[in-house]
Amino acid sequence: MEALTALIIGTLVAAAVYLMLARNFMRFLFGLILLSNAANLTIFASGRMTPGAPALVPYGEDAPIGVVGNALPQALVLTAIVIGFGLLAFTLALAFEAYRRLRTMDSDKMRYAEPKEDRKG
Amino acid sequence: MAEDSDPNAPWVNVAGMTTVAITAALFVFFLLYVPEVAAGAPVLWSWDWIPSLQIRMSFWLDGLSLMFALLITGIGAFVMLYAARYLAGHPQYNRFALYLFSFMLSMLGLVLADNLVTLFVFWELTTFTSYLLIGFSHGDPKSRRNALQALLLTAAGGLALLAGLILLGMTQGTFEISEINAAGSLAGEPYYLLILLLFLAGAFTKSAQVPFHFWLPNAMAAPTPVSAYLHSATMVKAGVYLLARMHPSLSGSDVWVWVLTIFGAVTAVFASLMALRQIDLKQTLAYTTLMALGTLTMFLAGSTGYAITAAMTFLLVHSLYKACLFLTIGVIDHATGTRDADVLGGLARAMPITATMAALAGLAMAGIPPFLGFIAKEVAYAGALGMALTIFVVLMSLAAFALMFAVAAIVAYRPFFGPQGALPRKPHEGPWPMLLGPATLAVLGLLAGLMPGVTAHYLVEPAVAAVMGAPDEGGRLKLWAGFNLPLVLSLLTFALGFFLYLRHLDLRARLARIEARGPNLDARWDWLLERFMDFAKFQTRVIQTGVMRQYLFATFTVLSLAILVPLILRPVGGVTLAFAGLSLIEWGVAFLIAAGTILVVLTSSRIAALVGLGVVGIGVALIFIMYSAPDVAITQLLVELLVVVLLAVALLKMPYLDPSNRQVHRPFDAALAVVVGGLTTIVLLAVVDVPFDRRLTDFFEGASWTEAFGRNIVNVILVDFRTLDTFGEIAVVIVAALGAYALLKGGSRRAPEDEPAKGEKE
Repeated sequence: MEALTALIIGTLVAAAVYLMLARNFMRFLFGLILLSNAANLTIFASGRMTPGAPALVPYGEDAPIGVVGNALPQALVLTAIVIGFGLLAFTLALAFEAYRRLRTMDSDKMRYAEPKEDRKG
Repeated sequence: MAEDSDPNAPWVNVAGMTTVAITAALFVFFLLYVPEVAAGAPVLWSWDWIPSLQIRMSFWLDGLSLMFALLITGIGAFVMLYAARYLAGHPQYNRFALYLFSFMLSMLGLVLADNLVTLFVFWELTTFTSYLLIGFSHGDPKSRRNALQALLLTAAGGLALLAGLILLGMTQGTFEISEINAAGSLAGEPYYLLILLLFLAGAFTKSAQVPFHFWLPNAMAAPTPVSAYLHSATMVKAGVYLLARMHPSLSGSDVWVWVLTIFGAVTAVFASLMALRQIDLKQTLAYTTLMALGTLTMFLAGSTGYAITAAMTFLLVHSLYKACLFLTIGVIDHATGTRDADVLGGLARAMPITATMAALAGLAMAGIPPFLGFIAKEVAYAGALGMALTIFVVLMSLAAFALMFAVAAIVAYRPFFGPQGALPRKPHEGPWPMLLGPATLAVLGLLAGLMPGVTAHYLVEPAVAAVMGAPDEGGRLKLWAGFNLPLVLSLLTFALGFFLYLRHLDLRARLARIEARGPNLDARWDWLLERFMDFAKFQTRVIQTGVMRQYLFATFTVLSLAILVPLILRPVGGVTLAFAGLSLIEWGVAFLIAAGTILVVLTSSRIAALVGLGVVGIGVALIFIMYSAPDVAITQLLVELLVVVLLAVALLKMPYLDPSNRQVHRPFDAALAVVVGGLTTIVLLAVVDVPFDRRLTDFFEGASWTEAFGRNIVNVILVDFRTLDTFGEIAVVIVAALGAYALLKGGSRRAPEDEPAKGEKE
């Protein structure tokens, strides 16, 4: 499954990059969402994937019996999902506010910080 | 400058007098070492600084550094006393005292340092402190510009020096100068030439050799005490000091001899001609300083005892008379309000003490017996006769010394005994704190000449021994060395110098005409700086376009290269695509994610994009479920839900994705996207191909129950083993929430007045 997941991740990353390079800022946001999904899957897959055996210690035992899913990447992915969500929410708020002030979603026209006039030197 | 000061203001204050006292105490401290060092026993103080890099805070007191230390502290104390009176009542006098004192300490550190890195640190400190001193009148743009010019030039040289000394230290295996010098000449060793050239770049910029000379006369924007200090004992002599200090290891090759002789000689003659051309007496002195530096460099080219003795004697003489003359010019400026050579004259009656000391210093400068200047000149001629390129060196020395004679008369004779012009103020004698220093220095110049044996034994010969790296035979400093070729040359110098003085007004006009036609390096410098700024602007325009897509494109391109280049240079083995044994469900999930992704990319509809994102999110959650990560799957589903809700709310208030309802496709972006995606896949495949290291996993599986008493290992990791991560995660979410809240809330309040372009933009 790691090989197939690697292909899925490649597809997600390619789509994310393409979307992030778009002029419309909303597409950039979509790209960001896909990218964070790809990142989570990457962490997960590089810890190897074990089907159908959650990392639990049965009652009466000191350690899991047999091969179970790798717990560490799962914990990391949990953290990453939440942080990715925080990032997304903040970016969305930024986009929302930017649109309200600049009345455009075209990132080429969002020149508040680096206005065109300054470039004449 | 002096104009800002109030002559009647009280001039004794704590800041000023403390610096004077400490400097004087340091002078006495070093004076106590004179007998010991003269006996041939250098002193070493040393502390570990950064032992792992062989950097020690080590100080080495031998003849050379002692002579410099005495000049720095001795002249320093007088200059500080003088400055206290000169700048009395100046609102920023305390600051000035601090700068001057820091400069003195940096210079002292420089000449005492035995570790190359320590030396460099002090070298740069002198650069910075002199920048502050030259730019002291910071209200004046010219002063700021000249300070910056000095800083940039000397700091550029400093960088060259840094490269050189690192190279030297690495090749020699030690950064201690005394050890490097003890090993003798490096000529012929690998990197010798490069090291030498880098050191020379540092020394020549610091000591203002042609063609880096132009910053020095400009540095005259500084108050007079600074000029006296910078240009007599210190700053500019730092370069010469470096050459002298490294003489045992860096000399001994043809390159050393030729480069030093030619640069030194050209600087000396060029500078003395320029000195003759000036009208401002301070500028005249500035150029004679250049002449002295050139002469010193020229004599350091030699390796004979006479040449080095000449350099060291001249160094001593020059420091004494030049500091004295600078301070004298300051007194004149202070008393009359002008430094114009054409106006000043007949001041001897009103300023008898100043006139006397100017005369003493002037005689030393002109090289009249029995002053030390005369002895220095004799030794110099004797040294010149024994050097390589003999005829060239002798002729250049003759020209320089003759011009020096003429300049000495212009600076020290004419203002006091020459015809008087219209002075802005009625001249009066200077106050004692301003006379004490120059008077002492002038008298010392005479005494040192009257007792050449003492001077030689305690100061010059130990310094010569240090420069040569071996004890010298000595006994070269004599008032009467018999009727020989140097004496003839001396007499010739007087005759030529006297003639030049008589004709100097005529010569000045002629030189001014020649100068007007020659290249103006100072203007060239400004031009260079402007081009540099233009280049910076051009670069900013190209790199910083202000278009986010271009930044991102660059970022992703660099990212791909960062992965691609190592992949090509060091290929990873065995990237295999194994799909054997995958169930239909697994293929189905993969297809689901791919379909969702393609939908997001291709659609122009906001709702369809949202659906696509949701499908991808659920597909990812399904993978987590299938592969033993139920906790992750639950979180993923919850978050995915929130994302979709948030996006849906926001999208309602936003415009369509494509206003024209047709998405423009971008082949270049698509190509880059495919490259980045493909590389990610390859890297991941390579990662999963290497055997898995289970140590961490085993630890967590074993310790989850036995140590942390939890049966869900993922949960135990989150809340126990890696609690800090979880804490950080919560912090991030809170910060994001607060940030978003502030944005949305604050924005709505400010929006009305903040939106002048509303309705115009689109």
